[in-house]
Amino acid sequence: MSFEAILRQTRSIYCLDCGKCTGSCPVSRVDVTYSPRATIERVLAGHPEDLINDRHLWSCLTCGLCTSCCPSNVDYPAFVIAARIEARRTDVEGTYAHNAIMQQLMAIMAQPVKQNRTAWVTDDMQTAARGDDFYFVGCLPYFDVIFADLGVVSTDSARDAVRLMNRIGIVPVVSDDERCCGADLLLNGDEDGFRRLAEINVRVIADSGAKRVIFVCPEGFNAFRRDYPRYVGPLPFEVVHLTQLLAENLNELGGSGQDARDPGRVAETVTYQDPCRLGRYQGIYDQPRELIRAVPGIELAEMRKSGPNALCCGSAGWVNCGQCAKGMQITRLRQAQATGAARLITACPKCLIHLSCALKDVGDEITLTLEDLTGLLAQAMDGSG
Amino acid sequence: MSDFQPRIVVFACNWCSYAGADLAGVSRMQYPPTTRVIRVMCSGRVTPGFILEAFRLGADGVLVTGCHPGDCHYISGNQNAVVTVERTASLLGLLGIEAGRLRLEWISAAEGARFARIMTEFTDQIRSLGPSPLGNSRHGQVPVSELTAEGF
Repeated sequence: MSFEAILRQTRSIYCLDCGKCTGSCPVSRVDVTYSPRATIERVLAGHPEDLINDRHLWSCLTCGLCTSCCPSNVDYPAFVIAARIEARRTDVEGTYAHNAIMQQLMAIMAQPVKQNRTAWVTDDMQTAARGDDFYFVGCLPYFDVIFADLGVVSTDSARDAVRLMNRIGIVPVVSDDERCCGADLLLNGDEDGFRRLAEINVRVIADSGAKRVIFVCPEGFNAFRRDYPRYVGPLPFEVVHLTQLLAENLNELGGSGQDARDPGRVAETVTYQDPCRLGRYQGIYDQPRELIRAVPGIELAEMRKSGPNALCCGSAGWVNCGQCAKGMQITRLRQAQATGAARLITACPKCLIHLSCALKDVGDEITLTLEDLTGLLAQAMDGSG
Repeated sequence: MSDFQPRIVVFACNWCSYAGADLAGVSRMQYPPTTRVIRVMCSGRVTPGFILEAFRLGADGVLVTGCHPGDCHYISGNQNAVVTVERTASLLGLLGIEAGRLRLEWISAAEGARFARIMTEFTDQIRSLGPSPLGNSRHGQVPVSELTAEGF
């Protein structure tokens, strides 16, 4: 796509030069040399080649906060992704985090491999090889290996998710043939790689006979909902997030929001981190909160920036992770600490990984612990018998 | 399978193993022409990304070689290599690539004979495993229809 078309399609030509984007951008706050406004202005002024070779092309987290503030409705994340696609055409790439291990894994999964990715399933869970509901696990089994140093066990959330699904009467299909959703490849500007993974995943899911795909990872959820139809056409199944299903079936989970033995007792205050793709991209703010509030003895305190204004966990697309990301993560942890919460609840495996990484570095200042939403809910479910 | 010539990527550290390979060469020791040696400053420089990229590009086996424990030029780089290789082996397991395709060996600069012997052994091991499932990736992409369900 030419830059002229990109500017038009993302409504960037309507930029008023007001600077609300830069004012709200969490990256600009830490790294003052970065400005979404100036980035758009430079391309509008006719110098897209400057942008392609600029390291800041890869700084945007596509968190969408700027777009939600923009009076002209400029889709800045879409502009950045389109520019990255152009950059890759000229062999310019970003600096990948973790030595490009994720990018390599995604590229390998586009090949004929026979994966063994369902070893996390334990005997107490009910899963199926074919059925109406497909649980799209995402990269969690790989994260377990890559982030072992952080002490994060990502598949815990997958196990808890299956237990929760079983509780509300769903026996999900879990497949070894599932691939990475490819969302990160698209963020890196690799359209072809993304399309290929999308084609394989849609085929794998269709072959399982599933009519509905259930997600826990917001990145996969958003990729399927927003990007897959654009690249591979309408999907032959429904796409839902686990929190939507759980919120509809709250009674079956056994949560009433009050401790049966001691109504009104607040045992613990928690706070909630809105993942960008679940919140700003998919508009799911209420269901996770409803579920947290339904846990007996738990009170939810909101951070200074929450809901549509929530701060990103600092890194997206496994690219450009560094000081800036760390600065944002520490800011977010401080905001969480300021609520007086003992636990920060995340609903995205990547938020959990990124914030755990910062928590390790920040020392004694932050005393709260991190927990995945599925973990909190599964514990509550066990408690209620 | 007898005419199968494996493609093996060998990461050799500058200070020990690469010199070991050199010694094997100047001593005219024979070993199979299946290996492509990539010199790195230290075995600790090898990341999971390097190893995965080699497999992605169609390598049938990857061998990481470094100084013996305690002999590392950078004191502890080879200890990092142990962690890297273990972790990458777990990733390969998830991807369904046989564990035997990745190996870590210590070869000093004086061990030309050991270098030649390990190359021969590893080549035999890869031959018995056969071509990598990703081996054809360098010839272009397999159609999606052949990738799923009974397509494998």
